[in-house]
Amino acid sequence: MDYGFILEHIPQYAAAAVLTLRLAAYGVILSIITGLICSFLIYFKVPILKTIANIYIELSRNTPLLVQLFFLYFGLPKLGIMISSEACAILGLTFLGGSYMAEAFRSGLDGVEKGQIEAGLSIGLNRLQLIRYVILPQAIATSVPPLCANFIFLIKETSVFSAVALADLMYVAKDLIGLYYKTDEALFMLVVAYLIILLPISLLATLLERKVRHAGFGN
Amino acid sequence: MQDLGIKVLFEGNNLLRLGEGLWLVLELSFISVFLSVVFGIIMGILMTLKNPVINFLARVYLEFVRIMPQLVLLFVVYFGLTKMFGIHLSGFSAAVIVFVIWGTAEMGDLVRGALLAVPKHQYESGAAIGLNKAQIFRYIIIPQTLRRLVPLAINLATRMIKTTSLIVMIGVVEMLKVGQQIIEANRYTAPSAALWIYGTIFFLYFFLCYPVSLLAHRLEKRWDV
Repeated sequence: MDYGFILEHIPQYAAAAVLTLRLAAYGVILSIITGLICSFLIYFKVPILKTIANIYIELSRNTPLLVQLFFLYFGLPKLGIMISSEACAILGLTFLGGSYMAEAFRSGLDGVEKGQIEAGLSIGLNRLQLIRYVILPQAIATSVPPLCANFIFLIKETSVFSAVALADLMYVAKDLIGLYYKTDEALFMLVVAYLIILLPISLLATLLERKVRHAGFGN
Repeated sequence: MQDLGIKVLFEGNNLLRLGEGLWLVLELSFISVFLSVVFGIIMGILMTLKNPVINFLARVYLEFVRIMPQLVLLFVVYFGLTKMFGIHLSGFSAAVIVFVIWGTAEMGDLVRGALLAVPKHQYESGAAIGLNKAQIFRYIIIPQTLRRLVPLAINLATRMIKTTSLIVMIGVVEMLKVGQQIIEANRYTAPSAALWIYGTIFFLYFFLCYPVSLLAHRLEKRWDV
């Protein structure tokens, strides 16, 4: 191991990690919004929109992110839709993550007892109030474990972003291997970088899951 | 322009070549899923033995493999191992190694969960009606474990099929790479080929994974536990 080399290139990895985290943050937030919308469309059985949401979920869950990105990045410009690689990465991550989040929320929504909704309606809440004060607080508590798993999953999935010309961690590692043939050092730093990003998140997720384990009530 | 693009798909043996890429994806998925299931079952059983050393090692292995993106593992095996030990690994065998390492970890955890989910009184009632150990496993534990396990294992298989798309990044000529080659070759005659080729690959993956996940969903509903 060439430690001088490792020290010298830490800033490059740090910059790449920041890029990864920034794109992942946008992707996760947009995924959660997409997922919430889809899961509510399905939950309330909104005609037509429900079918569209279901088709979207199946399409997105059964195709790899890399293929989705290739289609967005290389395919769509042929239709005259030009998007930057960053926008493409966020869009791709949202397309993928939306369906996973929708499934996570769906499991939470299905866990809310029918009696809870009837009780809410009988004390005169309108639909928005029902969602805000009765359904969401219970659904989110049961959705926490799958949401955490999706969160980690989406950060891991960002590792394919180098395919659409983004200088993420994989890209930096590959670059260093190609330029200096310092394979061991470059890969070691790559693994360490992902551990630094994902280990704390994974530990936090475990803590959070333990906290909400007994959140289910009304049954 | 659009009608030019779609023609590329049917020109020459382009469709056949994409099919060959698809076959490679299937082959890799099949080998990886099969080996992962075999090793995963062994690992899952080992983890239920409650041996502290095995448990600790299994935990570390599981957490590490689960936390690392599969692409990182591919890079480590394909570029790192080969340089460290001076062996030559083809991209395909590197991919098999990585997918089996990853699949074994995931499958092992599923097996462990399914085994532990069988309540203790099931063993006890089996013993109470006079079954011996082998019979308890054969008639009581394994059927219940399988019901829990099979849908989850099928889900894992679809995840593995999808993850095979990553092998293009370590230089294996699979579906995406063939697609790129076709697009490059027709850059001037059919500029919109990228849309059609990548669209086709998108749906090929979909038609590969959708029936499998549908099956998992059906089984999950039917065997609701």
